[in-house]
Amino acid sequence: MTKIKSLEDLKKMQAGLRKQIELREKGENPDAHTQIRVAMATCGIASGSKEVMDYLMEESEKRNLDVVVTQAGCMGYCHSEPTIEVTLPGEEPLTYGNVDKKKADEILEKHVKLGQLVDGIIPVTHKTIEEKK
Amino acid sequence: MQEKIKVTINKKPIEVEQGTTIYKAAKELNIHIPVLCYMNLKDMGIEHNPGGCRMCIVEVEGARNLPPSCVTKCTDGMEIRTNTPRVLNARKTVMELILSDHPFDCLICAKSGTCDLQKMAQDLGIREIPYQGEQSTYREDTSPAIIREIDKCINCRRCETMCNDIQTVGALSGIYRGFEAVVAPAFEQNLEHSPCTYCGQCVAVCPTGALTEVDQTNSVLGALADPRKTVVVQTAPAVRAALGEEFGMKAGTLVTGKMTSALRELGFDYVFDTDFAADLTIMEEGTELLDRLGKHLKGDKDVKLPILTSCCPGWVSFFEHHFPEMKDIPSTARSPQQMFGAIAKNYFAEKIKVKREDMVVVSVMPCVAKKYERSRKEFSVNGDPDVNYSITTRELAHLIKQANIDFHTLDDQDFDQPLGESTGASVIFGTTGGVIEAATRTAYELHTGKKLDKVDFKQLRGMEGIREATVDMDGTQVRIGIAHGLGHARQLLEDIKKGKSQFHAIEIMACPGGCIGGGGQPLHHGNSQILIDRQKALYKEDAGKAIRKSHENPFIQTLYKEYLGEPCGERSHELLHTHYFDRKKRWIKK
Amino acid sequence: MAKHKMNLMVCGGTGCYASAKGDLVKALSEELEANDLSGEVQVITTGCFGFCEKGPIVKVLPDNTFYVEVQPEDAEQIVKEHVIKGRKVEKLLYKHPHTKERISDSVHMDFYKKQIRIALRNCGIVDPESIDDYIAREGYQALGTVLGELGPQKTIDIMKESGLRGRGGGGFPAGLKWQFAKNNPSDEKYVVCNADEGDPGAFMDRSILEGDPHTVIEAMIINGYAIHANEGLVYIRAEYPLAIKRLKIALNQAREYGLLGKDILGSGFDFDIQIRYGAGAFVCGEETALIQSMEGERGEPTVKPPFPAESGYRGKPTNVNNVETYANIPVIINKGASWFASIGSKNSKGTKVFALAGKVNNVGLIEVPMGTTLREVIFEIGGGIKDGKKFKAVQTGGPSGGCLTHKHLDTPIDYDNLIKVGSMMGSGGMIVMDEDDCMVSVSKFYLDFTVEESCGKCSPCRIGNKRLYEILERITDGKGKKEDLDKLRNLSTVIKEASLCGLGQTSPNPVMSTMDNFYEEYEQHVTDKKCAAGSCKSLMSYHIIAENCVGCTACARKCPVNCITGEKKQVHEIKQDLCIKCGNCMEVCKFNAVTII
Repeated sequence: MTKIKSLEDLKKMQAGLRKQIELREKGENPDAHTQIRVAMATCGIASGSKEVMDYLMEESEKRNLDVVVTQAGCMGYCHSEPTIEVTLPGEEPLTYGNVDKKKADEILEKHVKLGQLVDGIIPVTHKTIEEKK
Repeated sequence: MQEKIKVTINKKPIEVEQGTTIYKAAKELNIHIPVLCYMNLKDMGIEHNPGGCRMCIVEVEGARNLPPSCVTKCTDGMEIRTNTPRVLNARKTVMELILSDHPFDCLICAKSGTCDLQKMAQDLGIREIPYQGEQSTYREDTSPAIIREIDKCINCRRCETMCNDIQTVGALSGIYRGFEAVVAPAFEQNLEHSPCTYCGQCVAVCPTGALTEVDQTNSVLGALADPRKTVVVQTAPAVRAALGEEFGMKAGTLVTGKMTSALRELGFDYVFDTDFAADLTIMEEGTELLDRLGKHLKGDKDVKLPILTSCCPGWVSFFEHHFPEMKDIPSTARSPQQMFGAIAKNYFAEKIKVKREDMVVVSVMPCVAKKYERSRKEFSVNGDPDVNYSITTRELAHLIKQANIDFHTLDDQDFDQPLGESTGASVIFGTTGGVIEAATRTAYELHTGKKLDKVDFKQLRGMEGIREATVDMDGTQVRIGIAHGLGHARQLLEDIKKGKSQFHAIEIMACPGGCIGGGGQPLHHGNSQILIDRQKALYKEDAGKAIRKSHENPFIQTLYKEYLGEPCGERSHELLHTHYFDRKKRWIKK
Repeated sequence: MAKHKMNLMVCGGTGCYASAKGDLVKALSEELEANDLSGEVQVITTGCFGFCEKGPIVKVLPDNTFYVEVQPEDAEQIVKEHVIKGRKVEKLLYKHPHTKERISDSVHMDFYKKQIRIALRNCGIVDPESIDDYIAREGYQALGTVLGELGPQKTIDIMKESGLRGRGGGGFPAGLKWQFAKNNPSDEKYVVCNADEGDPGAFMDRSILEGDPHTVIEAMIINGYAIHANEGLVYIRAEYPLAIKRLKIALNQAREYGLLGKDILGSGFDFDIQIRYGAGAFVCGEETALIQSMEGERGEPTVKPPFPAESGYRGKPTNVNNVETYANIPVIINKGASWFASIGSKNSKGTKVFALAGKVNNVGLIEVPMGTTLREVIFEIGGGIKDGKKFKAVQTGGPSGGCLTHKHLDTPIDYDNLIKVGSMMGSGGMIVMDEDDCMVSVSKFYLDFTVEESCGKCSPCRIGNKRLYEILERITDGKGKKEDLDKLRNLSTVIKEASLCGLGQTSPNPVMSTMDNFYEEYEQHVTDKKCAAGSCKSLMSYHIIAENCVGCTACARKCPVNCITGEKKQVHEIKQDLCIKCGNCMEVCKFNAVTII
């Protein structure tokens, strides 16, 4: 193992290592970050939600966006899969349907970065499974 | 220069050096704060202040608790009160607690009357023990010389300081904790299976009856009462300089004559002097020294130098336990006690036509280790020891008191002959530096063949733990080392092993001060001035003697002529010399 | 490196280790492997989450799901349901004791709501066996700042400004302690981390060392640099094997990175750390006794002064701080003294970790800002008293602390307030008692501990505590006399004022505080021979209520000592001199005919 020779070395090293812990740190305090939940039930996976989730994770990292991407169960909008739910810090969650990579890109660029809404929002018709109890 | 600081104690102002403890500052104001675990043998550089007993607590303005004065240093402007109701109540309560865990057998305790705890309980006016409860108990441990009755231990840990820090013997240390805490040899062995040398310094400083010597006064009385027995007594040099203290006399009062009278009144058939045997020791040891020195000067590389004295049984045990690899270096001469025993039971018994088994030899010693020494197998013939009983100065005082003898009004009597005659050289055996001075006086004359006019070798005297001196023997420079206290002895031996020091002869005594500070002497309660006074007394007796060189003792000369032949001769070797053992492996009981 | 989408954080603290019925990490990893998910999901062993009551704990990140009481057999469900399908495993979620509602994340659990984690900041997030994790969390940044920018005196100034006080019990300002050690000139100085946590039930230091050992190492290096010491020692009790293992791993990693050893971060400063093992004597947590023990002497305190800052290990200036104190230091350097000083109360800054135990619903390790009230800790974080019983007292400060009662519930917890009300902070033990606890027995319990743990050096502690215990035993045995109460008071005062070290000076606290707050309970024991809490067996007796007894003989048949007499269908009677008070009769009686008086 190489020795750390100076504070600069250490800082460089830390910057490199941040990524591996970021997932955990953000998870600790999710309300402070933009949260994107991807519905990953059978219906979602069948319509490509896994690819969308991977895309969202990779892209938000590349674009240096403060986003926590997590997976969720079926949100109940099987007609519009893949669906994702976006929650900006301190705001109510909004759900998008039929999200493909292109849509995801738009959501990241406009909704997440600038706070502008994008087409494709599904009106909330019912509570999600998790809130039902 | 250090700055002085101002404090007040009980509203009295005093200026003291920085670093002075409250206890010492109070002493300067004649304010007596009771101490129990504290011990200050200042001339030996020993200050034991673990702050454990908590009897010396005082009130300091602004302090939350009651600090112990023996170890708390004064700070500038400190306002100290030593006798407020709060302090007195706490002190009394602590004493009641200590007593609540102490056996109530004062009346039959060996330390009764000289017990620090007893005295302090009296001073504090303790009349009941409100906090009664379980008492901690521990088995009694009896060795040939020392009895440990740990139930009486108050955990002052003075013995530990003596054993570990001063003597570096390491036989005693604290084990267990809390209410079960005791001071004991490692692995709870008995003393016999520890590196204990029986120097008795622990006994000398124990404030209670937890550590005492094995009492042989009853056996002595039994022998005296037996009409078939011829009872011979020998008294060591240091006894005469201290025995008087047991009868209220000033330290350093010489009571040689009164002691002799008392022994006769007690019924001893012959009252002899160990000093006689000390002269004999010089003849043997001095001859051995000259022999080795002579060989050395002739270029003999195998000769063992320095020669080490071997009069002190604590010291003998010490090197057997701790430096067994050096066991060939000490003189093979027996100690005066054992030389006396051998001469009494052979030469003298023959002379007065008493069978060996009908003779009882009793020694009065300033020493606890002598009890052990007399019990060593090599000093017995067919199970009959050369010295039957060895009692301490304190035990002799008890015998005298028991026999209703008024010590003060006794007349001065002389020792019996032939084993009662002694020289000034033998008297100073009782103090550090004395043995080697005595040896030097004789060695000088034997080596140079010239008469020594100035017999006082002042360079060999003193109280420092380790001393070095050179004696000019008509051109031959003899380098002499002196150590007293086993810790100093260890230091000297380590130096020799490392090749740091080069001596021709070394005198070692186990107890600080030599035999005058022996474990069997009247308790000095930490007052080292007493030792200095005793030392002065011995040098005074030496100076007053007509003959001051061992080889000039006429009875010694007769003894060689009639019986022994020559020093270090065949008969001497049989009766007056010994050999040593490696005891390092024997610490742990199988 | 594979891109992980999800982390399963498995608690690797001793508590969760002990409550798991097998290897949880292995079970989860195997299950992920079986589902071909090892590349996407990472299982990480981490430090204590604090909620030990409900261990073993598994936290899923980033969706922050908090699973409690997870056993290896649950691994399949966690992976199949949560990891694959994104559905939370309902039965493993924490159930609110009152509302019975399942709560999925720690953020919404009462236990965590009031907590601020500074000392425990990395516990539960980093893998304690990975220095990279620690560095990723700004680890060793503070060290870099200190070595590269601040220099010794400025570092100490920051410590002083922060107001950080020793977390081991004494509460002495850490910066001041450092300053003393720095000011005493010597060519040889030492830094000692006191990890001899000894209070019964306390485990904050253990948890920090198990969960985040590097923070302690970093702080010790900083400490060494600030006072000009080149050697550090961690004195840790040998019965903390996991903490020792992790500490050793961490030390080796730090050495490999050059963060320990010669010329650290190119500063020219050399420092290394050794581990010293303690045999578990309580008194060795006292700094002078600890030093004695490290030197190979009998573990006994020595009189202060001289303080270790003047003459400590090997007679050289030594700074001793405890684990939790050290854990705060890198954060203080990174975030600044004023940030730290903004948390907490006037004279007690920052947070304090407590081991919350006893009769509360949520037992565990908590970290709260100084100044949080006892009520908040017990009733909000602790979730109130178990089984709907009534709160009676809370004992803080371990065996040297005191028992506080209702009237102290709104006391903000800090060093000075606790002392003011007759207890102390101690190292952070907090034991809650309910109406079934007899306060005389409680003080007897603590005395039993101090009697056992006294080193025996000074008379008041060695004998006094024993006598205190004996008097308390007499009282609970129903043999107490009125004057025993005066004796308790006087003895307690003298032991407190006259003992040598902190152990003896505080050992009577449980007695004194319970006497202050529950005197009538003591009186009841000695005058009426009654124990209202019903816990002193000698003070209660079983009796049969004649009008309720139908003579069914059930009790007589069940009595193990045959002390119940009575014919069938006749009123029975309990022979008091034979009764051993086992309570069987009461349990078996269907007619409520047995009563305790």
